[in-house]
Amino acid sequence: MSKARVLVGTRKGAFILTADGKRKTWDVSGPFFNGWEIFHMKGSPADPNRIYASQTNSWFGQVIQRSSDGGKTWEAPGGGVGKSPQGWPMGESNRFVYDASAETGKPLTTHQWYDGTQHPWEFKRVWHLEPSPNDPETVYAGVEDAALFRSTDGAHSWQELAGLRGHGTGPKWQPGAGGMCLHTIILDPSDANRIYIAISAAGAFRSDDGGKTWKPINRGLHSDYLPDKNAEVGFCVHHIAMNPARPGHLFMQLHGGVLRTDDAGDLWKEVGTGLPSDFGFPIDVNSHEPETIYVIPIDQNAGRIPPEGKLRVYRSRTGGGDWEPLTKGLPQEHCYVNVLRDAMAVDRLEPCGIYFGTTGGQIYASADAGNSWEAIVRDLPSVLSVEAQTLP
Amino acid sequence: MIRVVLPSHLRKLGGTGGEVQLEIEGQATVASVLDALEARYPSLAGTIRDHATQQRRPFLRFFACDEDISHEPLDAPLPEAIASGKEPLYVIAAIAGG
Repeated sequence: MSKARVLVGTRKGAFILTADGKRKTWDVSGPFFNGWEIFHMKGSPADPNRIYASQTNSWFGQVIQRSSDGGKTWEAPGGGVGKSPQGWPMGESNRFVYDASAETGKPLTTHQWYDGTQHPWEFKRVWHLEPSPNDPETVYAGVEDAALFRSTDGAHSWQELAGLRGHGTGPKWQPGAGGMCLHTIILDPSDANRIYIAISAAGAFRSDDGGKTWKPINRGLHSDYLPDKNAEVGFCVHHIAMNPARPGHLFMQLHGGVLRTDDAGDLWKEVGTGLPSDFGFPIDVNSHEPETIYVIPIDQNAGRIPPEGKLRVYRSRTGGGDWEPLTKGLPQEHCYVNVLRDAMAVDRLEPCGIYFGTTGGQIYASADAGNSWEAIVRDLPSVLSVEAQTLP
Repeated sequence: MIRVVLPSHLRKLGGTGGEVQLEIEGQATVASVLDALEARYPSLAGTIRDHATQQRRPFLRFFACDEDISHEPLDAPLPEAIASGKEPLYVIAAIAGG
């Protein structure tokens, strides 16, 4: 019987939750890297035992960890006592240096700061790690200040795909409250040259040449805080999701609005009508039903808490526009947690499993496509990210 | 021989055990001590000095012989008591967080 493994990044370490295919009884292991923020963990689709983790904190900066045994043991590639018999370069696994070289890079320019002045690009942390669908040694990293890096040697060394940062609109990009982060990376499994990314607050971009050049794909997006209704960039995209079986059809949770595109981002259409709030962070797509999507509305004016103190996942089986609240097993009073952008995931079991983690430390799981929910664990540190793996 | 005391997170990350003892060639400075530390414990590279700027991370400070030397140039000579190993060089992490 297949198994599920859920990778949880929190403010104070990582946790790994495992269950058989029924997903009723869970084993919780961790904390790993306790005391460090784990912004994101994700397993390789090509080798589920290869997991990458972004370990970071304000004192010591960025560290990348990887596991080759499903999370039982970890190493910082390229570092560590006695772990470099092949003569790996020193500590390069956490070396994220913007490529400003004449040959492959782009000049280090500036972006907008909170006060409207220009501010130089400075690396702060890795928000998202996206392993290649085909090669366990290849992994992409979305970083703050916004840029895309790639490693082809199992995270030993990283090279920036500088065409994105050097796209030309950089001086108009600006940080959201959490920083100017590249938080979403979607690799099209049917076309190795097609990559989607999203940045807060710049918007969504697409590359059709493996990351060399990029095109903003924000047509159809509107934001109250952007006076220019035809702005090419500047949008606070919160998250984008795509069912890998249906490339080109993407769903977006914007700072204000839920949208979809059916032409790989050339045009977005609003589909959030009927939700109790147009604000929220995560969005995901059912693994087996490509028109079934999930969001968690959050009331931003009340301080980014669930509307009416009720934690509700909203599901649309029609690709948006027709929403139903999913409440069975979720707190329907006095609930004031948030769910961050990378803190919801789906597995590929039947029926589809949905998982999300809250800033209050709960991990909620549904083993029936959202009809009912149960807390796997309730008192973790504040949850930053959740990813699900389906194991043979 | 130079002795270095690291914050607990870095001891764990680098797998250094307790106090670190390093041999330095040439003059003992914070920079040369960190060079030797990173050569021996590669996973500590970038955690005390920023990779790109080589500047001290803001939430860390260096103490030598009870003095805060964080704002001294990184290539300034360390006191004789540090260079001789009589006293350790302390890397101190700010007390902050929740």
